[in-house]
Amino acid sequence: MEERLLMKGNEAIGEAAIHAGCRYYFGYPITPQSELIAYMAKRLLKIEGATFLQAESEISAINMVYGAAAAGGRVMTSSSSPGISLKQEGISYIACAELPCVVVNVMRGGPGLGSIQPAQGDYFQATKGGGHGDYRLIVLAPSSVQELVDLTIKAFDLADKYRNPAMLLADGLLGQMMEPVQFKEFDEKSIPSKESWALGSSKGREPRRIVPFDLDPVELEKIVNRLKQKYQDMQKEVEYELVNIDNPDIVIVAYGSIARIAKTTIQMAKKEGINIGLIRPITLFPFPYKVIEDTADNVDKFLVTEMSLGQMIEDVKIAVKGKAEVSFYGRTGGVVISPVEILEEVKRLLK
Amino acid sequence: MLDEIIIAGFGGQGVLLMGRLIAQAGMLEGKHVAWMPSYGPEMRGGTANCTVIVSSEEVASPVVPNPITLIAMNQPSLDKFEPMVVKDGIIVVNQSLVSRDISRDDIQVVKVPANDIANELGNLRVANMVALGTYIARSKSVKMETVFEALEQTLDKRQEKIIALNKEALKRGEKIVTG
Repeated sequence: MEERLLMKGNEAIGEAAIHAGCRYYFGYPITPQSELIAYMAKRLLKIEGATFLQAESEISAINMVYGAAAAGGRVMTSSSSPGISLKQEGISYIACAELPCVVVNVMRGGPGLGSIQPAQGDYFQATKGGGHGDYRLIVLAPSSVQELVDLTIKAFDLADKYRNPAMLLADGLLGQMMEPVQFKEFDEKSIPSKESWALGSSKGREPRRIVPFDLDPVELEKIVNRLKQKYQDMQKEVEYELVNIDNPDIVIVAYGSIARIAKTTIQMAKKEGINIGLIRPITLFPFPYKVIEDTADNVDKFLVTEMSLGQMIEDVKIAVKGKAEVSFYGRTGGVVISPVEILEEVKRLLK
Repeated sequence: MLDEIIIAGFGGQGVLLMGRLIAQAGMLEGKHVAWMPSYGPEMRGGTANCTVIVSSEEVASPVVPNPITLIAMNQPSLDKFEPMVVKDGIIVVNQSLVSRDISRDDIQVVKVPANDIANELGNLRVANMVALGTYIARSKSVKMETVFEALEQTLDKRQEKIIALNKEALKRGEKIVTG
């Protein structure tokens, strides 16, 4: 068995990235993810051929990611909510240019400069595109420090597989907490070759170019349709966790740190004879519509709980197709929902 | 077994390290653990706290509204967290910096003059280890030997003297309970 290490979430993301062969990192510090950029500085500067660069801004950092990705490197950037907003133009370019990269968002309270406490208000931004134009990110939502590790590695693999940016959508709570983690053996040979498309020396081959545009509308439409096909193909990557889903009185749908908090609610409710189920989407794009729809055939009530005004609830409603009542409980501003609050809301709904 | 602990004090008293050592020791003993710091625009002299969970079961919520145990390293921490401790919970209180008595009668209180003992040992900075020693002896959530091991893994190995001093402080804190 691999060694268990007690690691802070932000540092675990960094170690996982390096473990997965990431050798290029560009970023700009922001709370609550600054330990991640600090960790990448400490580790990458000691690896020969690797590049760590603290850019002058988030906009600069994402465009450095664009460049490194075009050259075929495993590359990552990270930030927190307001910083992720600044990166959106670059992310849209990278999506159009069909380049793989990993973007980590350790969410904090918003809108605006917001607060530095945990929040989940960037769900729309992460899952519906975020920048301009028709594109999607692969979005993974960890709910433990171990999952920060596993899903960071997975984000790199999926980004390469689909040549599309992948986002790890965490929050300040996960970034700041410490838990034991294990790193499974990683085979660097599993990283797909990028020789057929990446830029570099064109000696002995036709010169290539990677651009995020085509001024001929018909040609651009072809690119967008290719993206569409890719997003359809991604549907098979859906991942979720089900807890206590056998004939529950109500089903909670929650992701990330709030899903963990909901698990405590489930334990508390059990003692009072209330049977709560949980669907925890692990991939937010692609979203697990089908399992939610199937569950709605047998359950009357859903409660979506998020640290936002209600964003994922829209996808849950699409999935439920009116077959069950979908309610919402949320806190914003950086206030973390307590398990007791969720239980009270469940009791109110079951009354 | 389950302990949910809030450790609180002034920034600089080493409350985050106390929590980290409990978590590290719990992990070494094969338990499920989680450590969550308060974070914010804080500075030395401000308040700091962390939550630690040590459990034989998987840890669900890392956020603990009502801790089983409170280690209060100063008066403001006691004032803030005393009302939140569960009934029949434990409060380990740093008597050196807390002048008042505990107002609740439905909890168990262990008083430790952590700063005074640390001063006797010649270094005020180990007051946190004194209080930690008291907590370990009282709660038995992890073994003292494992905390020693965690200490050796966490602190710089070249600082042998500092590790020895910290161990001594832990033992002095332990004696408050074991006599």
